Amino acid sequence: MANPPLIDIRKLCIGFSGRGGTILPVLHDVDLAVCRGESLGIVGESGSGKSTLALAAMGYLKHGLEKIDGEVIYDGVDMFARSPKELQRIRGGKLGLIPQNSGQSLTPTLRIGQQIDEVLHLHCTLPKALHEARAIDLLTQVRLPDPRAILRRYPHELSGGQQQRVAIAMALAGEPDALLLDEPTTGLDVTTQAHILDLLRELAVTRKMAMVYVSHDLGVIARVCDRVLVLYAGETVLIGPAAEVLRDPAHPYARALLASIPRLCDQQLPRALNGRPPSPGSHHHGCAFAQRCALATETCRTERPPMTAGAGSQSTRCLYPDRVSEIDIRGGGGAVPMVCPADSPPALTLKDVTIRYQRPSLLARLRHRALNPATVEGISLTLRHGESLGMVGESGSGKSTILKAIAGLLAPAEGQILLDDNTLLGTTVERRRPDQLRRLQIVFQNPDASLNPRQSVAEILSQPLRLYFGLRGEALQDRMVALLDAVRLGASYLDRRPGQLSGGEKQRVAVARAFAADPRIVLCDEITSALDVSVQAAVLELLNDLKRVHGTAFIFVSHNLAIVRVLSDRVAVLYQGRLCEIGPTAAVYSQPSHPYTEVLLSAVLEPDPDHAPRLLTEDRAELSPPERGCPFQRRCPVKAGAICETDAPPWQETGNGHAIRCHLPLTALQNRICG
Amino acid sequence: MFALIVRRLALGLITIGLVSVIIFLGVEALPGDACTAVLERDAVGEALEKCRETMGLNTPALTRYGAWIGGALHGDFGLSANGQERISDLVGFRVRNSLLLAAGALSVGIPLALCLGTLAALRRDTWVDILFSTGAILAMTIPEFVAATLLILIFAIWLGWVPAIVLTPADAQPLEFFPEFILAAVVLTMLMVAHIMRMVRSSMIDAMASDYVQMATLKGVPYWRIVFRHALPNALLPAINVIALTVAWLLGGVVVVEVVFNYPGLGRLLVDAISGRDLPVVQAITMIVAATYVGVNLFADILSLALNPRLRSHQMRVR
Repeated sequence: MANPPLIDIRKLCIGFSGRGGTILPVLHDVDLAVCRGESLGIVGESGSGKSTLALAAMGYLKHGLEKIDGEVIYDGVDMFARSPKELQRIRGGKLGLIPQNSGQSLTPTLRIGQQIDEVLHLHCTLPKALHEARAIDLLTQVRLPDPRAILRRYPHELSGGQQQRVAIAMALAGEPDALLLDEPTTGLDVTTQAHILDLLRELAVTRKMAMVYVSHDLGVIARVCDRVLVLYAGETVLIGPAAEVLRDPAHPYARALLASIPRLCDQQLPRALNGRPPSPGSHHHGCAFAQRCALATETCRTERPPMTAGAGSQSTRCLYPDRVSEIDIRGGGGAVPMVCPADSPPALTLKDVTIRYQRPSLLARLRHRALNPATVEGISLTLRHGESLGMVGESGSGKSTILKAIAGLLAPAEGQILLDDNTLLGTTVERRRPDQLRRLQIVFQNPDASLNPRQSVAEILSQPLRLYFGLRGEALQDRMVALLDAVRLGASYLDRRPGQLSGGEKQRVAVARAFAADPRIVLCDEITSALDVSVQAAVLELLNDLKRVHGTAFIFVSHNLAIVRVLSDRVAVLYQGRLCEIGPTAAVYSQPSHPYTEVLLSAVLEPDPDHAPRLLTEDRAELSPPERGCPFQRRCPVKAGAICETDAPPWQETGNGHAIRCHLPLTALQNRICG
Repeated sequence: MFALIVRRLALGLITIGLVSVIIFLGVEALPGDACTAVLERDAVGEALEKCRETMGLNTPALTRYGAWIGGALHGDFGLSANGQERISDLVGFRVRNSLLLAAGALSVGIPLALCLGTLAALRRDTWVDILFSTGAILAMTIPEFVAATLLILIFAIWLGWVPAIVLTPADAQPLEFFPEFILAAVVLTMLMVAHIMRMVRSSMIDAMASDYVQMATLKGVPYWRIVFRHALPNALLPAINVIALTVAWLLGGVVVVEVVFNYPGLGRLLVDAISGRDLPVVQAITMIVAATYVGVNLFADILSLALNPRLRSHQMRVR
């Protein structure tokens, strides 16, 4: 190595004091080195200690954590040995951080301009008079439109993507030599994510920064990093060049992780990684991954493997680096998705459903003032018995709004929602009969918020069983155990409370609760997006099983196109609350397709170093749909002309129930845009 | 923003109007009226009729309500029942005295509460925090008449530093109350500081644990700058409404404390009026207190709208 590493972490151990004063390690003997101009990705599941590691690189530990051993050397000096004054000078200056959730990391009561100015004031030698010009320059660098206006805004007045860009601009304000990124794109839309990563790559090249990039998403790592470090239960298990780690990782965990990621071209479900990592701080003697490893032997359970050379230039913490290739890394090695027969009768019909959040005030009604365009407009859909319908779109596309209307949590302004195709459902829950409520169940995105933390799993499950079926005593108990078995949790979970379950287990309880009502239709609102990839694969498998066994119909809302693909019979693409395209999954994911579908598909990140997402349109937050014409007119890369702004596009059928709503002729949509 | 304030103001006026109706009806529903109270045992036959005629009590309720509210709008609450005094004269000085007491307590109490609350939050779980928090609980749980009596015992009787009770008449110059009203103000300050401090402490702890404070630390912002610029403005927002309630409580006349210290404020006048069955005075004081509550809370609402950008644009969007 020509130049010494800028960030050099040696034998770092971090832990917290448990009950009884024992110290439980969260990070165990971690080494890493990053040079100027190099980018290192840190990958791991939640609880693997990856964020702790990134923050430790700044000499910062969250409340309750303490450094047990090791050094964090930045620019030749240990960060933990520096004085508070020195730390203040380095943090935000030469060493910048881009946080996971910019929305919460920007101070809500300060304007963007004030917050950027603060960094300039602390870390920049420019005279005060030039600060504003510099701030505008920074915001332009991160490609924010109208930077002058943004300086005067408050954080909550920006979209998620814009907040993330402001956070990047703020880190750049200190002219950093090294940048730490803690899941900077998690929670953003695919298109926004692709744009932000593109920007970061460009910045890394032009400014020759050292970057440490923390993520659970191997696709993101593939896109931005030179080297990858895989963290498992607070230990480095694999380190190597990104291309090698993604093509042929030399550790069983990394291989299983790769196999659990659904990819766009997959025909089958991803393979789930069973079990869960040892809880942080729990003692283990052998290899931490031994319990979940297909290759594990008795030696693995007793002997902690050292770092050894693996395939290519990787080093791996595995006793059998020669045998790891036995584990398949291809995705889609899991179950075959259950397909619903095309002639099954309708289970749910939506006719011209329109939803408004804004209620016209009395004054506006008297003055006959025109309403803003509705949030969701003219949605007509049929869901067949046993079918799963995927709904995709960016945030703000109205996916969740439509689910809420179907579930009766939000009354549509116009249109009808029918069970089968004949029973009109009441607009809200209060107006529906119990058996109608029973047939329609919903599973929410965040199980932490949708399960009552004070109730045990038994109480949670018994509610629908008592209410709809009047079950008592032994019958109730048997049914609850059967439900838990169906979601692959045992009877032992009955007494637990949500706080004692992992994220994946909680989501399974939420699914079990929905199935307790023996529903015909289950609405799933981004149910896997809060979960780790390995857990996500298990939940997908579960839904597929339930579909096969019970013949339940699903509406599956997600922004992850790969997940929607493996699980859905048909897919509907939404933009700004309007349908753009609908049809059988295979047809929607191939040509011809709506320009917006094309934009979404191109932006997908795959865990493949050779795959680069294409950015077909600028990413812009649209607050409300246009009043006339095509909803996608403002961002469309292949706009047909003025007609897009004046007339609503017609539905064009391609056969087999596939329809595209666009002014362009199908022949023009046949070819991939730009390529 | 302007339209929003106007709307809040209109809602406040409607509330006061409703309160006036309720007060009027409440007094109407009581057995007897001003005349029976004044005449006592002679309230029979001709004397009662005559009295009612002179006081205008035999006109319909609606007319009397109209006359009362019309007068009240001009600051004229009519005549008191027993002394035949003008209520506005009677109440005027009392309002001023209560304001004086409140101003004394607030000017010391609010800054003190903010400092103590912030300090307790920053030194969470240390002896500083434990001391302050225990003190606050004590101040809140000991009834104010007990605290007042103890203070009188210690500072007035044992130490003899300040007079025990107020002997100055209601219409004296403000400065004449000076050494006498200190103990009363101290009791009120203690109570007020306890309430506000606890609120500030808990919201400051939340703010210091937030992602934006962590981010500010990792931006290299110095500690005290984080406290004052990033954490405190956010922590104060939930405290504003608690402060408003406390202020309203102080301005509305603190009955117990005023009675214990014989302080000639609104609260004591209310007690006197009730025991003398002087219904017009009771009506007037209740009305003033209600208007104060509405006014102070309105002010707090507008203040938190002005200070909280999130609330502000949310309200704008809803509108």
